[in-house]
Amino acid sequence: MDLYEHQGKELFRDHGIPTPRGIVARSGDEARRAAEELGGGAVVKVQVQTGGRGKGGGIVVARSPDEAAAAAERMLSEGFKGTPVTRVLCEELVDVAHEFYCAITLDRSTGTFLAMITAEGGMDIEQLADERPDAIRRAHVDPMLGVHGYQLRWLAGTLPAEAREPAMEILRKIYEVLRAADGTLVEVNPLAQLGDGRVVALDSKVTVDDSALYRQPEIAKLRAEFPIDPTEAKAKEKDLQYVKLDGDVGIMGNGAGLVMSTLDLVAQAGGRPANFLDAGGGSGADVIATGLEVMLSDPAVRSVLVNIFGGITRCDEVARGIVQALGMIETTVPMVVRLDGTNAEEGRRILADASLSGVETADTMWDGARMAADLSKQAA
Amino acid sequence: MSVLIDRSTRVVVQGLTGEQGRFHGLRNRAYGTEVVAGVTPGKGGQDVEGIPVFDTVMEAVHETQANTSLVFVPARFAAESIYEAADASIDLIVCITEGIPVHDMAPVASYLRGSPSLLIGPNCPGLISPGKSNVGIIPGEICTPGPVGLVSRSGTLTYQIVHELTTGGLGQSTCIGIGGDPVHGLGFIEALERFEADPDTHLVVLIGEIGGDDEEKAAAFIADRMSTPVVGYVAGFTAPPGKRMGHAGAIITGSRGTAQAKAEAFEKVGVKVGRTPAEVAELAAAALPS
Repeated sequence: MDLYEHQGKELFRDHGIPTPRGIVARSGDEARRAAEELGGGAVVKVQVQTGGRGKGGGIVVARSPDEAAAAAERMLSEGFKGTPVTRVLCEELVDVAHEFYCAITLDRSTGTFLAMITAEGGMDIEQLADERPDAIRRAHVDPMLGVHGYQLRWLAGTLPAEAREPAMEILRKIYEVLRAADGTLVEVNPLAQLGDGRVVALDSKVTVDDSALYRQPEIAKLRAEFPIDPTEAKAKEKDLQYVKLDGDVGIMGNGAGLVMSTLDLVAQAGGRPANFLDAGGGSGADVIATGLEVMLSDPAVRSVLVNIFGGITRCDEVARGIVQALGMIETTVPMVVRLDGTNAEEGRRILADASLSGVETADTMWDGARMAADLSKQAA
Repeated sequence: MSVLIDRSTRVVVQGLTGEQGRFHGLRNRAYGTEVVAGVTPGKGGQDVEGIPVFDTVMEAVHETQANTSLVFVPARFAAESIYEAADASIDLIVCITEGIPVHDMAPVASYLRGSPSLLIGPNCPGLISPGKSNVGIIPGEICTPGPVGLVSRSGTLTYQIVHELTTGGLGQSTCIGIGGDPVHGLGFIEALERFEADPDTHLVVLIGEIGGDDEEKAAAFIADRMSTPVVGYVAGFTAPPGKRMGHAGAIITGSRGTAQAKAEAFEKVGVKVGRTPAEVAELAAAALPS
């Protein structure tokens, strides 16, 4: 789960990481009052779960309470990159002397955590990583041992001399935040040295491990504050993984790898996937019905492909699920069903016996992909 | 032969008395696997259809000489079960459980680096040496003995490709599902090493997917160290790009991680990559030394 900047900064403050004074505003008026309280001017920052705010007009330096109100009103009404915006963060204006970048993240290639820092903040950090990787200092943190002092000294070693001690302290605390919040990423971009010498976190990006939310009740509560697509919410209720895409072939299968592979085959057959939908191990009528309902709620869908490989899941159960589901929901969208593996023949016979209009069966995954892609084009 | 498990494999199921543990433990036994013990704290002395249950793995090993553990323990207790199996000198720990927190698994991975125990998973389907032993949830009936070794990050996609191999007349030495979690035990390279050393594995099928750079590293290993031919598959060419928060992930992996980059990495070292699961079986049949 990705936190908003202001939520991440609250974690920072709990652990003693310095941040500028900030006030969350949910309207233009609130932003005006926030700016007044912060001394007249403020940086107004859109609160969203994506990056690229600076380049996307999501950060505005307001010189007066009126400017802050106007910026906030625009952000709240326009949204940001297609997602609704419910709040902005107004922060005191600070005098930035140097910008750095630092982060601690899970490194999946080693199964440990990786701390990174560079004195060259402000520029495109990914470009820097690509062109001059040595400009970013890195240290692997063994979760059994924590961060060693020598690692902190190495990491901070290229920063201006007077910024090193405070940066080391901040890195140590970032690791504390990562541990305490079950984080997989804590990033500060930029970490700034101010004109008066203080080093502060001007931004926060915190990603929390979804698998650990059961033991993070305070963070789990924040979930309710994020906007969620109603279709995805409905899928989630039934434990289905649904991601909307921009094509017109609805795709459902069991298992993420198999669904990904199905998307690829539909694309190879000239079709455009409308979604990714992993029904997991479920095969009952209600799971299949919810899956179909979720896919068909997307008006762009012109054909549907159900691709099941039976292992523990039995294809005859899936077939009964489809028959029942189509008794519950009305649709004119043509459907291709491909069943293979455990009890596949029986499953196909059940579908044939039910002689459902608009439902065809395919013998192989490739046939299914081709048929669904063709149907979507005929309907176009 | 086969790798990692065979007829000498003796399995203790951690969580045997739970719904999943019982179902799959008995299924593995019905396949012919020596399922010799179960462990559920507080249920020592009971049995599950004749399989004795112990309170600890230590006792199970002492009484039954189990050398392999199969973990079905719920996510919040699973990490401790892995430590317990390692401390009881279990050779191979296969963890099926999904949803174990990263901050639980990272110390486990660190601990196991200094241990002779080998972990497969978590969040994986387990492994099978057809005709000999099945440890996990891979449906035994889709497999058949033969010369192809298979290693995969996926579950049902693995079954699909095994099914294509079997119906194409290509049996398997061992099929290993290493799981898709960010912190996991056995990786592609460790699996490839074992297949390379196995005289009865004549070809390896490697099934990857988007994310991370395990496939790129596997490609480099294949180029340097493998004489056994390898055929690849990568899922996720059309997968939606994940919403990314910070830059840290990209700093680590750079342009690696996309399906395109992975397929190119394989092809660059002479590993043919099937465009469909069916094509993987065709390429495997063509590449299999006669």
